[in-house]
Amino acid sequence: MSDLRRALAQLTADMKIFRRNPAALFFTAILPVVFLCMFVGIFGNNRLKQYGGIHASTVYVPSFIGLAVVGASFVALAMGFTRMRESGMLKRVRATPVPSWIVFAGRIGTAIVTAIFVTAVLMLVGGVLFGVRIPTRTLPGLLAALALGAATFCALGIAYTRAIGSEEAGPSMTNAVVLPLYFISGVFVPFRTLPDGLQSVAKLLPVQPFVDALRVAFDPRTTGAGFAGDDLLKLAIWGAVGLVLAIRLFSWTPRQQSG
Amino acid sequence: MSAAEHAIEIDGLRKSYGSFEAVRGLSLNVKRGEIFAFLGPNGAGKTTTVEILEGFRKRTAGEVRVLGVDPEHGDRAWRSRIGIVLQEGSAQPELTVRETLTLWAAYYPEPRPIEETIALAGLEEKADDRVGRLSGGQKRRLDVGLALIGDPDLVFLDEPTTGFDPVARRAAWKVIAGLRDLGKTVFLTTHYLDEAQELADRVAIVKAGVIVVEGPPGSLSAGSGDTQVHFVAPAGIALDELPVSEPITVVDGRALLHTTTPTHTLAALCGWADGRGIELERLEVARPSLEDVYLELVTAPDGSQPPTVAVAPTGRRSRRSAR
Repeated sequence: MSDLRRALAQLTADMKIFRRNPAALFFTAILPVVFLCMFVGIFGNNRLKQYGGIHASTVYVPSFIGLAVVGASFVALAMGFTRMRESGMLKRVRATPVPSWIVFAGRIGTAIVTAIFVTAVLMLVGGVLFGVRIPTRTLPGLLAALALGAATFCALGIAYTRAIGSEEAGPSMTNAVVLPLYFISGVFVPFRTLPDGLQSVAKLLPVQPFVDALRVAFDPRTTGAGFAGDDLLKLAIWGAVGLVLAIRLFSWTPRQQSG
Repeated sequence: MSAAEHAIEIDGLRKSYGSFEAVRGLSLNVKRGEIFAFLGPNGAGKTTTVEILEGFRKRTAGEVRVLGVDPEHGDRAWRSRIGIVLQEGSAQPELTVRETLTLWAAYYPEPRPIEETIALAGLEEKADDRVGRLSGGQKRRLDVGLALIGDPDLVFLDEPTTGFDPVARRAAWKVIAGLRDLGKTVFLTTHYLDEAQELADRVAIVKAGVIVVEGPPGSLSAGSGDTQVHFVAPAGIALDELPVSEPITVVDGRALLHTTTPTHTLAALCGWADGRGIELERLEVARPSLEDVYLELVTAPDGSQPPTVAVAPTGRRSRRSAR
């Protein structure tokens, strides 16, 4: 059996683990769709003057795609690998002949499949219910933002396992990071309505460039293929930082046993 | 000796954590195809030694070969020949028993058939149940199945029956004894001395980082001689009238003597009693159990010379290192 087929077996198993975990399924795949419907339902689908008069739903769809991707990659990997580490599963897997990259590939592949699926559902719901235009000309920019975002937040999630001491601490430790970032990065509140100082801080962190790159691809006024150059560059830098940190900080043994 | 004869060779192993020396010059050989039990109290250096053998920890000094390879440099081929049951569980609760074994089979170059492994672990009726719904004993059996799925030559079992009820323990023992029939070498760590006595071809007891006794479980004895003979001392007869040369003590109203020549001692004793028409009530002849030996060895005060150690009938000398 080749390593490629091993990776497929790992992906198949990790997809099953994800589908059978009700909490992961709800927070990653269902909640973003619920959020989209509720936000448009509560705040209305008005034209936003801060965004040159485009409809609120055209801002919310990329916002919640961003939330879904961060949930499927950063949150899911940080919590999933912490659980595997603390229960001793990772230590045990390391004693098998399977190459390490396959263990990561299964989870990262699951995050990518989930992100693509939720993106498709959000675009469908947004298009059918709220008339959000599905990007065609700017599709390359959308795909680039999705791929780079998923990769970056997977790397950051794996690195972040170092900060989480136990399986129980997983949900609070990850939400303590992502919830404030969602609020200051234009996920729940249109970014340009935030105070300037908060905007400046958010622009240095990875969630805002990601959501903004997605929004650019959905914005009907965008010209060209929809690549948001500055945003993608910032994401790539965060991705590189995440990768280095993940390689340096990741641990295979439970916290109590490391050493 | 050659790697062909020994699955594990350890010579002068040392491991320090800062100023604390957990393993202090431990030497040991495990033959291919035997079940070897590694016993000792918590903190004696057992886990450290096993984790060095498994490749999880680096040693401070000494030589170690596992299947002819230094575990610090074990590659994929080496890992595919080793199966491990750790104290922690290995499986994702969301997958079924069969799905878990199917995934792990993919990790190995030449896995054992999945259905056969399910049967070997005794999990036929639970094959399609999720791991999260298995009992503790069933999870442990799945861990044993995962250790065997790669069809390894050597299996490390770290306290494989902790928390089992007596029936589950018997079932697990059958699985472990079955490994010997498959030609596997088993390195068993356990706190249950009856488990070692039942399963092991040879045992070693480790204390304070060195091995204090080693040999087949039935051959070990510590300190006070060999076979124990008990009986109720006949009324009206002084103990020194009895025709035995061994010293006799009285314990709980019964005479007790230790003898290294039980046939000779019993013949003299029984002939003497029969000739006088005396019935030696509650006469018992017993070998000290592994538990007796273990307790005597590990409760000896630290720093004292370990008690005299019987040499195993195979002629293997037990190893002791001066501290």
